[in-house]
Amino acid sequence: MPLRLLKYALSREHPAPRFFRACEKPKDSYDVVIIGGGGHGLAAAYYLAKDHGITNVAVLERGYIGGGNTGRNTTIVRSNYLTPEGVNFYNASVKLFEDLSQDLNLNLFYSTRGHFTLAHTESAMRTMRWRAEVNKHVGVESYVVGPDEISKACPQLDISCSGQAPIHGALYHAPGSVARHDAVAWGYARGADQRGVEIYQNTEVTGIDVQGGKVRGVHTSRGYIATNKVLSAVAGFTPRVCKMVDVQTPIVIQPLQACVSEPMKPWLDTILVSGSLHVYVSQSSRGELVMGSSLDPYEVHSTRSSLDFVEGLTSHILDMFPFLSNIKIVRQWAGMADITPDFAPIMGKTPVDGFYLDAGWGTWGFKATPISGKSMAETIANDKAPELIHSFRLSRFEEYELTGEKGAASVGH
Amino acid sequence: MSMRLPKQNGEWINRSKPVKFTFEGMSFEGFEGDTISSALWAGNEHILGRSFKYHRPRGVLSLANHDVNVMMTDTVDTNMRGDVVAVKAGMKLAAVNTEGGVKNDRNRYMDKLAKLLPVGFYYKAFHTPKSLFPFWENIIRKAAGLGVVNFNYPRILKRKTHRHCDLLVVGAGPAGLTAAIVAAQSGLEVVVADENAQAGGSLTYDRAGSPEPLSQLQELMAQVAQHPNITLITGAYAAGYYADHFVPIVRADGIVKVRARAVIVASGVFEQPPVFRNNDLPGVMLGSAAQRLIYRYAVKPFSSGVVVTANAHGYRVALDLLQAGIKVNAVVDLRADGESSALAAEVARKGVAIRKGSCVYEALPQSGNMGVRGVSVCAYDEKTAEADTANIETIECDGVAMCAGWAPAAALLYQAGTAMRYDGNVHQFVPERLPQGVFAAGKVNGVYKLEERMRDGARAVAEAMRHLGMDAPAVEVAAHSESSPSHPYPVVPHPNGKNFVDFDEDLQVKDFINAAKEGFDNIELMKRFTTVGMGPSQGKHSNMNAIRILARIRGVAPEKIGTTTARPFFHPTPIGHLGGRSFHPHRLTAMHAWHEAAGAVMSEGGVWVRPAYYAKPGMSAQDIVQDEAMSVRTAAGMIDASTLGKIEICGPDASHFLERFYTGSYGSQKVGEIRFALLLDEAGVVVDDGVAARIADDKFYVSTNTANAAAVYREMQRWLQKWQLNVWLINVTGAYAAMNLAGPNACRILSKLTSDDISEKALPASHFMEAKIAGVTARVLRVNFVADQAYEIHVPAPQARGVWEAIMEAGAQEGLRPFGTDAQRLLRLEMGNHLVSHDTDGLTNPFEIGAEWALRMGKPFFVGQRSLKIIAKRSVTKRLVPYVLDEGYSGEMPQECNLVINAAGEIKGRVTSIAYSRSAGRVIGFAYVDPADVAPGSRFQVRADSGAMVDATVVKTPFIKSSKGDQA
Repeated sequence: MPLRLLKYALSREHPAPRFFRACEKPKDSYDVVIIGGGGHGLAAAYYLAKDHGITNVAVLERGYIGGGNTGRNTTIVRSNYLTPEGVNFYNASVKLFEDLSQDLNLNLFYSTRGHFTLAHTESAMRTMRWRAEVNKHVGVESYVVGPDEISKACPQLDISCSGQAPIHGALYHAPGSVARHDAVAWGYARGADQRGVEIYQNTEVTGIDVQGGKVRGVHTSRGYIATNKVLSAVAGFTPRVCKMVDVQTPIVIQPLQACVSEPMKPWLDTILVSGSLHVYVSQSSRGELVMGSSLDPYEVHSTRSSLDFVEGLTSHILDMFPFLSNIKIVRQWAGMADITPDFAPIMGKTPVDGFYLDAGWGTWGFKATPISGKSMAETIANDKAPELIHSFRLSRFEEYELTGEKGAASVGH
Repeated sequence: MSMRLPKQNGEWINRSKPVKFTFEGMSFEGFEGDTISSALWAGNEHILGRSFKYHRPRGVLSLANHDVNVMMTDTVDTNMRGDVVAVKAGMKLAAVNTEGGVKNDRNRYMDKLAKLLPVGFYYKAFHTPKSLFPFWENIIRKAAGLGVVNFNYPRILKRKTHRHCDLLVVGAGPAGLTAAIVAAQSGLEVVVADENAQAGGSLTYDRAGSPEPLSQLQELMAQVAQHPNITLITGAYAAGYYADHFVPIVRADGIVKVRARAVIVASGVFEQPPVFRNNDLPGVMLGSAAQRLIYRYAVKPFSSGVVVTANAHGYRVALDLLQAGIKVNAVVDLRADGESSALAAEVARKGVAIRKGSCVYEALPQSGNMGVRGVSVCAYDEKTAEADTANIETIECDGVAMCAGWAPAAALLYQAGTAMRYDGNVHQFVPERLPQGVFAAGKVNGVYKLEERMRDGARAVAEAMRHLGMDAPAVEVAAHSESSPSHPYPVVPHPNGKNFVDFDEDLQVKDFINAAKEGFDNIELMKRFTTVGMGPSQGKHSNMNAIRILARIRGVAPEKIGTTTARPFFHPTPIGHLGGRSFHPHRLTAMHAWHEAAGAVMSEGGVWVRPAYYAKPGMSAQDIVQDEAMSVRTAAGMIDASTLGKIEICGPDASHFLERFYTGSYGSQKVGEIRFALLLDEAGVVVDDGVAARIADDKFYVSTNTANAAAVYREMQRWLQKWQLNVWLINVTGAYAAMNLAGPNACRILSKLTSDDISEKALPASHFMEAKIAGVTARVLRVNFVADQAYEIHVPAPQARGVWEAIMEAGAQEGLRPFGTDAQRLLRLEMGNHLVSHDTDGLTNPFEIGAEWALRMGKPFFVGQRSLKIIAKRSVTKRLVPYVLDEGYSGEMPQECNLVINAAGEIKGRVTSIAYSRSAGRVIGFAYVDPADVAPGSRFQVRADSGAMVDATVVKTPFIKSSKGDQA
């Protein structure tokens, strides 16, 4: 047992302090107000304080921290994207994740397990090679493997998928990892709080005060707060917040559902994704299978679950692992994914001076938590977006310079 | 020693059918109707499992699947819920998650390490030094998890059926059964589902020693049985509530998906354990579990027990225990005033000592925590929730029944969107605002008195009927006037802890206190940090106490704390039930059987299955494909092209519609002409191409790529709705089959089968005519996609096989052979034709593939035109070019999607097509390159898989010499 745990056995009083203060009343003004206490907003607060010394910051969260898509995703971290811009960006995130437990001094259970994107058709194999080639080019460890190598890493997988969708090969991505999603939000919250950032839960932003094209403050359920800089990091609520400042985005909200099985002893060591079968699955450190599928094909602003989602998903899970028939699904849930036309995020400045956007995270937001926080902090501190996120600027849509990640972002979380 | 009681009226076991099985290597005998837990308990076996984290011995807690103390494997199945799974002859059972057996579990030392494992301990350690994390992680992963998966378990198909009814009643207790009877008598068609093996709910076990509840149940059941409008499904739980009253009812043999016009939730309540030290010892169980053991299975829960209580139920349990001949040494009541009802007097009359204002401070363990040997009892202050240990007394016993209150089984109500409030009268969350068409009745609704519960069922039916537009009388239900069925805070602190709140997750009171100290003082955060309610029983026995504890920590009412979100499923539901049927629909063409007989190797394209090539013994696929292609170049070949999308656009505005939909010009198109049809999306991205044949003034016949047929048809419909043109669309993809006869001999072959003039002169390239081919009226399209001489012959699918065979026969002497999609891909490449989605991707615009010629930018409008105008002002960043590798190149063959890399080492594009062409004598293909390198003769480099750089040269298309072929 690690010595760190000894103090808990030896002290009469629980020796751990609060992760973050219980802030009661916001101040009249802040240098920066962050809307959204999810992983992204809290990470931005953390890096604002840590990298830029900006600590007069309030994070406003409508519910509880990490309660949105941070706590609903299937926790996969990877960087095997298709465009060089995407690969570089997500790779920077992977690098931050790899040291994040130490940086935040909180065990995030960041576990590098290797990630296979299965290809069941020749055309899928072509896309895998394309991604592998781009990944290799920018120094990310991804390569195309055949069925034998997949079987070696996951002997339980039925390579023929019950004869329905035989696996031709896969894109193997060595850095593919999973992490404890809630802890990422808590760790950033603690780190930000320790540096002076104030976190307000149960605090809803009801309006944003813009005068002469400049942000002047925010109206909240706890009163008005003056500020010149507002970051919106609210995922599925982005259209509502953008409406407050009259900024248009091409984002649509589609539900993304997931489910989890009861715990079993570990047997699935890798992360598996199948585009053809619309499945991704990994086994958590608690022993549950964490499973997800593709987006629901319609726009809905709700987190309601559907039965046909779990029926379809489990049918395909059985194609891959026929022996799971009597393993039980414990829980299903849904999140609201903010989808962009090119499946890449929207980050950076907007036409409204002082209104910064971190959105369009669709189904790929969790893996980008550290780097998006860091990049947005830099953008806010300098009022200028770093080169790393240039391809993700809002203006790319009117400029017709999309960043095509559809092939790598959909069904691959 | 057997714990089996003499026959109990209404018992569920069949004593004439003994069932022999083994548990952990020991032999046991139960009866048909026993669950695994009841049969073992009858055999005096109390150590039925080990807890998840501390590996403490566990026995029966709820006997109702509200906890997972008893999780079994029978060597085939795993994670079986012993409390509810019927025992079967020959079962070889063992507890999951033990090492060395349930009695001698080698992991039991974990209990001693508990102090080292504070709440959320895994967040606090193991990450430094970083290099050791994988080591710790491995240990933690292995320690977590419950059963071991059997990789040889078969894929099981389970039945799914649909059921429609006026009213679905969830729960067949007194409220649910009454509701069903009243509704059926009013003419409604009713489905009642109950998770228990038999209907009756609390009437089957909660009897206070009286025969009355059983006769009441029998009366209700007689009415249910005689009413044809009632379908009663037992052994079936309502797994979740989905939109519009859609409720899957899960039973052992499958799922019944019920769509009801109204739903009454009469799902009752879960008994909640009072929290005191060692409340998890085998022998300490919920009062309702003791009652279930007695009345359903005729098993003694223990021989000499203590009832710890804070409500009337504890006294009912005491009377049930006494009735079964079990010694009750004391009733320990947390409430200072004790129980006011007649029940208390009755218990006292039977000689049982009643300790008011007292608590069980701790249950005293037998050695190794293998059972309970007594309880220590002392005074309890309800206000401060403190035990006064000044005068502590030990009462010996071998079992404890715990009765401190209940939590509503309200999962379905929550999922339906019900707002709940905390009712201080019953100290329970009850529905405050129900969604339309959803009603609650009975205990889940906060109604406890038996007559009132039944009346509440009738009241819910009356409301449901009004919801359904029927008249119904008003039914009044009396407010709860007795003592509260639940205690507001049945929690006894103890300095040494082990007072469990969540038995699945081994969570003690201090875990909640410490979590709150660390800032996780919101119920959702607390859930996530402590994992309360995240185990397999999903908080059924733990969430309410967690809320009470958090409320006390924060000094607010439970209502202020709220509840966590209840999600499907109500009980964990097997993957085989949900997804057992593998459904992968495929479409086969009319000539499929012919292809199979001809040895075709099939491949999938979209939803279609079609020949990739026709196998020949002793020949490699590569050689066959080259041969098939060669026969098209030198003689003739024919491919089944039925998978192409085929859409008819009819009506006065047909050409107008095409003008808007596609990039080209169709207004001026003459009947009998064929034009290219390039489809963009609104962003100007190439999404499909095909041809449009004008077959009449007001009728076009359009083809699409195989994979895009459905999507293009859908887009057409979408735009048509916006444009409101006088056009109708007919998707004839399946109605018409097609074959493409190509090669220099094609015309001659086809001429044998028709009297129509199909000569080059009468039917030149890019023209259409209707002709009788082999006696069948066919649409013949001259589309030179794979060869200069090519005829697409479209015929009604039922007649296609005959036409195909006639052509094959007519071509037998002309060197005709069938070819598949592999050869087709090579042939189109040789002709210099690109394939959408093979040579393009999700962002490709027409300028990048040199398709400017297909754009009529001068038109007033076409889909994507506005975007193209903007894109046209920018320089393109890559262009698709035809290229060849050097003659005689024999190095590593680049693959499709290898990258084009410039001298500076930057990505400039990628290879999209590559193939060796025997006709060209070279490796040919398409690649995206730097727009500066598009002139024929330009050189560029491709990086192959191994990293080797391969030179390529831009050329002009077609790659092969054009041949006008044999003029018939």
